[in-house]
Parts: sequence; structure tokens; C-alpha cells
Amino acid sequence: MAQAAPRGDPGGRSAGTTPPPLDVDRLIDDRRNRIIVCCGSGGVGKTTIAAAIGLRAAERGRHVVVLTVDPAKRLAQSMGLTSLDNTPRPVHGLSSAGAGDANPGGSLHAMMLDMKRTFDEIVEAHAEPGRAAQILDNPFYQSLSSSFAGTQEYMAMEKLGQLRRAEEWDLIVVDTPPSRSALDFLDAPQRLARFLDGRLLRLLTAPAKFGGRAGLRMLNAGFGMVTGVLTKVLGGQMLRDVQTFVSALDTMFGGFRERADYTYKLLRAPGTAFLVVASPETDALREASYFVERLDTERMPLAGLIVNRVHRSPAAHLSAARSLAAAETLHAAAAANPGTWSDPSTEPDSDYALAIAALRLHADRMQQAAEERRQAEHFTAAHPLVPVTEVPAQPDDVHDLTGLRAIGDFFGKPE
Amino acid sequence: MGTRDTDWEGVRLHVVTGKGGTGKTTVAGALALALASGGKKVLLMEVEGRQGIAQLFDVPPLPYAERKIAVAPTSLAEHPGDVFALVADPESALIEYLEMFYSMKLAGAALTRLGVFDFATTIAPGLRDVLLTGKAAEAVRRKGGGGRAYDAVVMDAPPTGRIGRFLNVSTEISGLAKVGPIRGHADTVQNVIRSPQTVVHFVTLLEEMPVQETLDGIAELRALGGIRAGAIMINMTRSLPLPASQLQAAADGQLDPDLIAVGLKAAGLDDSGQLAAELAAELAGQAKTTLGQQEQRDRLAEAGQPCYDLPWISDGMDLAGLYRLAAALRTQGAA
Repeated sequence: MAQAAPRGDPGGRSAGTTPPPLDVDRLIDDRRNRIIVCCGSGGVGKTTIAAAIGLRAAERGRHVVVLTVDPAKRLAQSMGLTSLDNTPRPVHGLSSAGAGDANPGGSLHAMMLDMKRTFDEIVEAHAEPGRAAQILDNPFYQSLSSSFAGTQEYMAMEKLGQLRRAEEWDLIVVDTPPSRSALDFLDAPQRLARFLDGRLLRLLTAPAKFGGRAGLRMLNAGFGMVTGVLTKVLGGQMLRDVQTFVSALDTMFGGFRERADYTYKLLRAPGTAFLVVASPETDALREASYFVERLDTERMPLAGLIVNRVHRSPAAHLSAARSLAAAETLHAAAAANPGTWSDPSTEPDSDYALAIAALRLHADRMQQAAEERRQAEHFTAAHPLVPVTEVPAQPDDVHDLTGLRAIGDFFGKPE
Repeated sequence: MGTRDTDWEGVRLHVVTGKGGTGKTTVAGALALALASGGKKVLLMEVEGRQGIAQLFDVPPLPYAERKIAVAPTSLAEHPGDVFALVADPESALIEYLEMFYSMKLAGAALTRLGVFDFATTIAPGLRDVLLTGKAAEAVRRKGGGGRAYDAVVMDAPPTGRIGRFLNVSTEISGLAKVGPIRGHADTVQNVIRSPQTVVHFVTLLEEMPVQETLDGIAELRALGGIRAGAIMINMTRSLPLPASQLQAAADGQLDPDLIAVGLKAAGLDDSGQLAAELAAELAGQAKTTLGQQEQRDRLAEAGQPCYDLPWISDGMDLAGLYRLAAALRTQGAA
């Protein structure tokens, strides 16, 4: 599909704050980069962007695995797979057309995170069969592994660690869970680990073990109140389930916090790059801002921002106001000579009907483009050094590799 | 009051869900305004701690307290109505719950410091949800001023992917807490949620993924049994006023740019040939989108729920836009 607008001039960008351009190709061509994390709030097209980046990197010669957490069947289908599951599956039909001067010969695998399966596998890998079965059957474990709000994030990070250790791929593209807040996937694993390794959990479930320690005696007064509240709120049965779970877990392996720390370190290590994805809307860009600030605090490497689904016009030189005025002129001319036009809610049936529709649409587009640009400029005003690139809105949904490739093409260098 | 026919007579708790990015909070806000018009009192409730309502109504961040944030649109024939807002967080709801049921005047800060709250909600993931839905149920049932405290409660709920679990609290909790006070509380909440007083509205865009999630969400509620699906709110719709034949031609890239050029010339625009080609390309893209949207609309129709259109607000979403959406909902019988 030919894109008429020159790439440096997306819908008539005015001279305002111009961010440095984000060069995605340079990012994926640099073989020192081993992990790309795509993050952003829900509904911004993060999963599609992750898949498009994975495909482009593979077609430019990398050996890529895309780890997605989005259960959308469509994405699997667009990669020629009937479904995605917890094991990386090869994607066929790569071409080297987008490779430019890079060496082709790459490969692409894709998988979808199954959080319960991943959790079960950790248990099975670290406990002897009897113990493992005991843990897997525990009602508290079942609830924790399938519905605790942080489990998906924890397991996504766990899976990332596993893929990295496997050394089968030279680039891992991760799509983060679709939470409302883009920060969840950084915080949730720590929260789960803190909980599972936490002192309160151990105190409550094995108070006898700690009873003699002087340092903890001070807690005793408050402790009575705490257990009282918990028993009232949760009931005794639940506390017993938790106790069984924890004692089974204890003998198993060296702690969840260490595992969470490992992946956290991985995210900070050289070779990892974060791409923040947002749509050109207030909420999504606000989340993107939070995220950029957080990455900075954590000293995690931010590659840049991808503004997805941007509306551009091939006729950016015609302003919304002029376009609308022209439509009104034609409308008045047509109305003066009504012909068969009887329903005022429809456009007059005249030679100008098509032009009126086109001009109105154009005015609407230009208004939208201006609003989107305003939002993006807000972001850049706050984060002038963050490189930005834009991906135009596609007229229809992505259905196949060709569609993914078309998105990837926008990452090509402007020149 | 009660002179207008609306699709949701007798409904007092409107749960609004939707996939991320569909404008769930905006639609919840518009619905609250629409329901409040005609002198009603409506509570708009947020449960995810994002302060989305405050941003939407352009007011400072809201506390865990019910505050009046807007006056509903009104005509000469009607009394104005009031929209109150509440940002419910599970921690405050738990403290309130303990005080209400056990007269436990607890120092909330002490519980927080000891990590009791995190601990309790982590052990029982459903606890968080039952506290939030419990707060909504309480507001629905509350009496005040000789009648009900609120005519309706609108909840800006978690996204579609989590809505079944969020509302099915009783079952989620019972897996863990077989007996005990929280179980009893959950059952009370369920009685409200599974009554005809409660419906779940789905906000969607006319795109494949949000539509799929909407259909899945409705199917999930039906499978749970007893939780009623409400309307499908189609957000950000735009019309492309072209006859069907031209729409198809435009989508196929078969439109003759000369047909546009004639008009451009008549309107006195320069270089009408070149411009016509550019506008034809723009029209082609939009026509493709529109045809795809019609397909999605047909899919939604199969769900058999009422559908409302909320128009695209092209000049940025603000309070004025919100009132326009509220009016659109009223016109279509949503309130």
C-alpha cells in the first residue's frame, strides 16, 4: 500500500517540539540487543507491535522468539499458527524482502504464556513428585496460580528468564500483560515474591517456630490483633490451606524473591531494551509518561516510544477549516438545486455528493491528526530526549504476515 | 419522573466494562450523567484507583468519600440531577467493613504498616473484589432522606477480561473461605449482583478484538448464570455518508477521482486534480474501515443485546463532549 505522505511530515507536523527519531531497525540489527520488552497500557496494539517487530527482526536475520500474553486467536492466525501455547512454535513464510542489506537467514518462533502451566512447571521441576502433587492439589495454590493479580506478570518474567537461559534465540521480544497500568508488570512479580517469602506469612503459618526469638516478642501484642482480624475476615480454613502450602513450598527451592530478582536484573542488564507503546490519546500517553519516568528511576534502558495508530492525511496541505468551508459551499449549492433530495439527514443527491463526503472526512481527519499531535507534543515536552516513532492506523485489522510486515515497514528508516 | 420509557427500568446498578482503550470510563461517566437527568441522584464509582473520573470531569483527585462532581444536563421541563463520585479502594472498604460489622475501631494505618491488608488480599484474591462490589451493593441498598440514597449506581468496572471473575465473587471466595463472615458478606453482595437490579454494559469499538472480547464477555456472563448482560455501547462511531455502492467502490479503490474533482473545482479549490486523488485515497482508507466496522456491527447484533452508538468526539474529549455523549445515550433510550 503506497503511503503518500512523506515520512518526515506526518499529516503536516507543525514546527513544535520535535523528538529525536526512534530507529527500530538499528535496535533490532544490533546483535548485542537480546531482549526487547514492549510495554504500555491495554488496548494500544502492543501485542501486534511486538509481533511486527519480531517478524521484522527475523526477516533481517535474527533468530527471534516472540513471547505474548495476549490470548487473541487472531494474532496466532496472522502468524500462520492455529493457536499459541506455552511452547515456542515456529512461524513459517518468512521473506527477506524487508532485509535491506542485512543478511537474511533468520527465524521466528512465537508462544503464548500460560501462567498456570508455567507455575505448575516450576513446582514440578523443583519438588519431588509426591511433594509436587501435594502442592498442585492445594486449594490455595490453585487459586494463587490461576487468579492472583500478580501471577501473570510474575510468570511472564519467569518465562522470559527461561527463554533467555535456553540460549536458543538471539532475540526475545516480550509483550507485557494487558493490565490497566503499564507499571504492573514491573511491580507485580516483586509483590508476589515479597508475599511468598514474607515474614508475615511465615509468622502466621508457623508462629511456634519463631516464638522464642526475642526480636519478635515485641510484635506479639499487635500480632494477636492481626490474627484476630485475619481469622474474622478470611476464616480459619483458609489460613490452614495457606499453612499447608507454605510448609510444602519451604522444602522446595530457594525462594521466589531470588527468582524475581534474577529477572529484574535481566531487565536492567545490557542487551535489554524497552519500547513503550501508546496510542496518540491522553490516557495512553499519560501511562507512557509514568512508565518512562519509572524506567529512568530503575535505570532500565528505554529505547523509545512507539505511537501506534496515528492518523495521517495524504492531503495535509488542505486545512480542516478550508476543507469544511468547501464542503459547506458545495452543500449550499446542492441544496439550492435539490433535485430528488428530500431527506435532509442524507447528503444531497448531486454531482457534488462525493466531494462533500470526501471534504468532510478530510476535515475530520485533520482535526483528529491535530488533536493526536497535541497529545504527542505533551509527551515530548515532558520527555524531550525520548526518541519517538509513529505507526499509522491501518484501515483494517492485521490478518496475516503481510499485514504484520506492513507495520514493520514503518520502522524502516525515514530516508 | 418515570415519564420516559427507558430500556433499563428497575435497574439500579449499572456495571460498565470494556476492553482497555475502548473508553470505558468515559462511557460510564456519560451514562451517569444521562441517568441523573430529570432530577435523579446517581453515584459514579471507580474501583481501579486510576483517578479516571477526576480526570474525566476535570476535578482534583477524589478521596474515598462520596462527592458531588457534576450537575446533570437539564431542560426547562426537568429538574436538574446530581452525579456523585466515589473512588473505592479495597483497603478503605475493608476498614469500613470491619468497623461496620465488628465495631472494630482499628487504626487503619497500623494494619497497613503490618502488611495485613496486602496479606489478606493476596491470600484471598477474591477478597479485593468482594470488598469493591460490596461497596457498590451497599450504595444501591442504602436508604436516605425518606427513600433511597441513590436512584442509580454506575460502576466503572475492571476490563472485560476480568469482569466475570470480578462479579462472580461468591464463587471465587467460596473456593477458599467455605464458612466465615466474609463468605456471608459475599452472599449478600451476590444477591444484589444477580438480581434484575443489576446489569453489565459492554463498551466496545467496532474493531475485531474489542468486539470479540465483548462477545466472549457476554457469553461468559451467560455461562455464569444469573448475572445479566446489559447494553453494548459502541463508542467512537463515525458515519461516512456514502451510498452502499460507492462505499464498496471506494474501498476497492475504484472511485473515479474526477467525480471528486468536479466538486473541488466548483468549491474553488486549487489544483483540484491532485487534491482529488489525495482525497480519494483518504476516502478509500475510511471506506475500508467502514465496511469492516459494518461486519463487526453484524457480529455484535448476534449477541441480541441492545446497542447504542456514541459518536466520535473529534475535537478532544472534555466536559462538553461528555454531555454530548450523555444526550446521545438518552436519545437512544439508555436512560
